[in-house]
Amino acid sequence: MHPVAIIGVGWSGFRPVTPDVSYKELIYEAAVRAYADAGVDPRRDVDSFVTVSEDFHEGTSIFDEYVPDQIGGAQRPVHTITGDGLHGLAAAAMQILTGRFRVVVVEGHSKASNILTLPHITAYAMDPILNRPLRANPLAVAGLEACRYMHESGTTREQCAAVVVKNRRNALRNPAAAFGADLRTEDVLVSEAVASPLARLEISDHADGAIVLVLADAETAGRLSPRPAWIRGIGWANDSPSLESRSWARAVYAEQAAAMAYKMAGIGNPAEEIQFAEVDDTYAYKELQHLEALGLCSLGRAGPLTVEGATAPDGCLPINVSGGSLGVGHLLEASGLARVLEVVLQLRGQAGSRQLGDVYTGLAQSWRGVPTTSGAVAVLSNQLGGRES
Amino acid sequence: MTQRIASYPGTTLSEEQIEQGRVLSVHDRLRADYTWDAGLAIGLYLDGLKAGVILGVRCARCDRTVVPPRAFCEQCFAPMDAFVPLADVGIVNTFSLCYVTWDVKRIAEPLIPAVIDLDGTSPPAGIMHLLGGIAPDRVHIGMRVRAVWKPARARQGAITDIRYFKPHRRG
Amino acid sequence: MSMRRVAVVGAGMTRFVRRAMETPKELAWHAARMALDSCGLTLKDVGGVCIGSAPDAFDGVHMKGEYLSDGSGAWGKPVMRSYVGGGTGVFLGPHGWYHVASGLFDVVLVVAEEKMSSFHPHAQAAFLTIFDHTTERPLEPNLLWIFALEMNRYMQTYGISKRDIAQVAVKNKRNAADHPCAMLGEASITVEDVLNSEVLAWPVQRLDVSPVSDGAVAIVMAAEGVAERITDRPVWVQGVGWNLDTAYWTNRDLAYPEYVERAARMAYEMAGVREPRKEIHIVEPYDPFDYKELHHLEGLLLADRGKAPELTAQGVTGRGGAMPVCPSGGLLGVGNPIAAAGLMKVAELFWQLRGEAGARQVPGTPERGLAQAWGDLMQVGTVTILGTQRPA
Repeated sequence: MHPVAIIGVGWSGFRPVTPDVSYKELIYEAAVRAYADAGVDPRRDVDSFVTVSEDFHEGTSIFDEYVPDQIGGAQRPVHTITGDGLHGLAAAAMQILTGRFRVVVVEGHSKASNILTLPHITAYAMDPILNRPLRANPLAVAGLEACRYMHESGTTREQCAAVVVKNRRNALRNPAAAFGADLRTEDVLVSEAVASPLARLEISDHADGAIVLVLADAETAGRLSPRPAWIRGIGWANDSPSLESRSWARAVYAEQAAAMAYKMAGIGNPAEEIQFAEVDDTYAYKELQHLEALGLCSLGRAGPLTVEGATAPDGCLPINVSGGSLGVGHLLEASGLARVLEVVLQLRGQAGSRQLGDVYTGLAQSWRGVPTTSGAVAVLSNQLGGRES
Repeated sequence: MTQRIASYPGTTLSEEQIEQGRVLSVHDRLRADYTWDAGLAIGLYLDGLKAGVILGVRCARCDRTVVPPRAFCEQCFAPMDAFVPLADVGIVNTFSLCYVTWDVKRIAEPLIPAVIDLDGTSPPAGIMHLLGGIAPDRVHIGMRVRAVWKPARARQGAITDIRYFKPHRRG
Repeated sequence: MSMRRVAVVGAGMTRFVRRAMETPKELAWHAARMALDSCGLTLKDVGGVCIGSAPDAFDGVHMKGEYLSDGSGAWGKPVMRSYVGGGTGVFLGPHGWYHVASGLFDVVLVVAEEKMSSFHPHAQAAFLTIFDHTTERPLEPNLLWIFALEMNRYMQTYGISKRDIAQVAVKNKRNAADHPCAMLGEASITVEDVLNSEVLAWPVQRLDVSPVSDGAVAIVMAAEGVAERITDRPVWVQGVGWNLDTAYWTNRDLAYPEYVERAARMAYEMAGVREPRKEIHIVEPYDPFDYKELHHLEGLLLADRGKAPELTAQGVTGRGGAMPVCPSGGLLGVGNPIAAAGLMKVAELFWQLRGEAGARQVPGTPERGLAQAWGDLMQVGTVTILGTQRPA
């Protein structure tokens, strides 16, 4: 694939509530930062804009109506993907790869605090005839999956709790994170059961925020950016939307998305070549399940590695140094962009007190949440070949 | 290919088949409640309406004044904070005589939605509202109208603090 | 770097009906399977899937793209759902195009589905929530308002009469009488019928409006080198364009759709079209309301401003005219399951350009057609140009 780079990042938030700004004002702040970072004027230099959102998260039908103004996209090519931010990133990268677009912007945001009935809305993603009449809280779907995953992989509750402890502790070093905390494994284990085996502290809380990324082709990136983060590979996939015919133990969507991204990036041995990753941890067990699906360790190994500290910032495979969704806060459709944001900051050496030493290849992965089996993967490097020359 | 296809999929059902239970279906009602943060610009707009004032905002770079107010200019992308009170009179840019409600109930007396270009703005810069106090057949594009406000104590900081716009004669 | 060329190689559609027995997944499956069958492919040949569907509210399904994915052939595949309101169906042209032109996919299945009948009490009530939640929704606006307001402004600006506009509804509903999937084809409808129909939101009357419908359409797109092996008559994507105007719809000139012009210019430039009135042989502009066809012909630079009604009156836009417009029957005649209706226009070009449109076939040997859709708060223009000539 011809090279595509991320040359600008901007964010606003992330906070549990943002009553002082409208969603437009929240996004505008992130956009202004991203354009200043990239050194572009959106009214002149951007060829196309991609946004991600879901109508029911906004409380507005055909929400794409309201996306252009705050990103500088009025009267320009703008379209919306109903997907995670990483799907939006893929859409933007594809546009650049056609050769007809040089600079493309991706936006995602969350105003989760404005949704008063989020569990009811999530339940509306279940099949209206087969599943919804059962009136189960959609978290039960995560409980079912956690149960089967732990059964097949041998993962324990203590290992899941270790993910929570690590990620919320990591978040203490991320000034943008909303849920930094110094917890003990015991705190997690004794928190109340919500959808057994899932306990309260294993479930990420939502935060408000917006993230804007600026992408460019190689020539433009070379001209504008001293520190481009190259998208070496990107992939996305769905398993079955049906609860009746999916794998309950494996994150098949992540396996397939990773295979697509690795193929594009020329990565044969991800456990060797990926130095750090930001993966979906909407629920604690998802981080472990995803690490295994991504081929970063074998089935059943993610839990022990976490307890041993291998996935801590000073371990051999740092995972969710940002704090992940458990520590940063779950940002709805922007969650995947939050994972990318951290990878870019780390690759640029701009991650402040949580900066990892000497990293050149990182991975970002997203999942669209219950009840979906939908996710995406991106492999990023600060060197075009992957390894520092 | 189409000319070679003898029949197309897609089976139509009648209302009767569903009402009489000959076709089974599931009925469900979505609980979707939101409280949208108005933010700085629309927050000020709503405050203004409660006080009986329509606020616009001015972009010095683009030399234009628009309503509803916004925190940034969608044309030049600069921040905007020059909020200015506008007259509550304007001109009908366009209108409709609407005989159905939003949930498609027929009504005898039409609602008269209109886009109204307020004095002091840089057209096109109208707002959508309703016209009232006029026979439907007298409404025309270009007519001058003025806001009819709810009494001060009944105002809540909402677009409905203006009941409607009615004909206005100059002077 | 030269661009990778992309062709449409297959298409399928369901009937457009008032209330479909089939679930949304089943409608999508019917159209998708028909599109694959039409070019002799199976799901194994499909690298990725593109889905188009307008608001989730119709189906009462949150994350409708996920729900539709298996019916659209996306189980175990990369799938992406795009939307730009009513512009979604024609945007699937650009959306599928960039999937293939990027080099990431050789063959994509592109599926548009809409089931509007699920919503109670009436699909139109779902549109209340398209308006701004703070500054407009408290006024309880009806979807018809924005159309009526725009139509009135258009009529006033150019001195166009209701009679001028009603001709479009008559033309398209008559054209639709030849479409096997059409819901409202009427070979004998007259201008008087339209003018005498019930007033909904003056100047909009019942027969000025396309019907609420259920249905699905799918196409298959393939890369150069692959497309020629699938069919000996690929229809090439020559140009794509899209453009979204500000959300502040009351702050713009309602008499002219500048966003459509910008989308059209983007597509014309890519297609190398310098004189669209000579070089576009079939037009499928978006016609959810009769005046919209006229408005859009002007925005597409295919008619002078305010002059599109004259072309209609002179028969230029008839199926046998110099520039056939909506030979399919359009949304007014075939029906308007929103995203599916847009993709139906792209599929119509595919069939027309291959000479396979049966009773709807336009005379001569058209080489290039344009489909266009519009949506959101009178705000978005999407354009797909297809042609028999492989782009240079």
